[in-house]
Amino acid sequence: MELFWEILIAALLVIGGFFGLVGSFGLVKLPDPMTRLHAPTKAATLGVGAVLIGSMVYFAAFKGDLSLHELMITLFIFLTAPITAHFIAKANLLRDWRPERLPPPEGEGDWAVYTPAADTSALELQEVEDADKEAAREAAQAAAQAAAGTTGSEAERG
Amino acid sequence: MITVALMFAIACYAVALLFNLYRVVIGPGVTDRILALDTMAINAIALLVLFGIWEGTAIFFEASILYAMTGFVATVAYAKFVLRGDIIE
Repeated sequence: MELFWEILIAALLVIGGFFGLVGSFGLVKLPDPMTRLHAPTKAATLGVGAVLIGSMVYFAAFKGDLSLHELMITLFIFLTAPITAHFIAKANLLRDWRPERLPPPEGEGDWAVYTPAADTSALELQEVEDADKEAAREAAQAAAQAAAGTTGSEAERG
Repeated sequence: MITVALMFAIACYAVALLFNLYRVVIGPGVTDRILALDTMAINAIALLVLFGIWEGTAIFFEASILYAMTGFVATVAYAKFVLRGDIIE
């Protein structure tokens, strides 16, 4: 039984190391940024997952304490890898690509990265600016009216 | 057998970290560097876990959880800064 666990753990560790190396080698080898994005986000996740599961099996089989920390790390990496990949792809799309060179996205509208409507903070700033201008205009109008009123009453008095 | 597999995996991840460092240094774009740093964080997690098996203690999991969290937040902050010129809007 011990031999079985040893073989299982060794296989998991070797698979994990191999996939981690492949992912980072792809990061060096692949030709352009979008393909480079592909290599580590998939292979390194699989590699780290195998290493973590190997570690969990090791501590359960030889140290006698089954801990779920590794599963937690695996779950966390599985959840966060797509998010980071998405963010990096978006940043790359914004920096290195022109919208004319891209195929149109599915559905209505253009790529969200390039549309000004996607820039919510700019929209909010514009709204605040507009409100400020409106308030300033109203204040100027009121001041002008008040000034006109006082000069008018002075003229009446005169 | 486990010791040999462990040494193999540690060597693999050490070489992988060197590859990532190469990509961080030569670039050519900002997003390549962000991606390489993210991969470095993930490979560092794997190395920490492997070192935990080597030492036979479970204390390195806490370190790797911290590494996973800060690595994720750092990558998202970098990408967000490149995208918007600001992190918290």
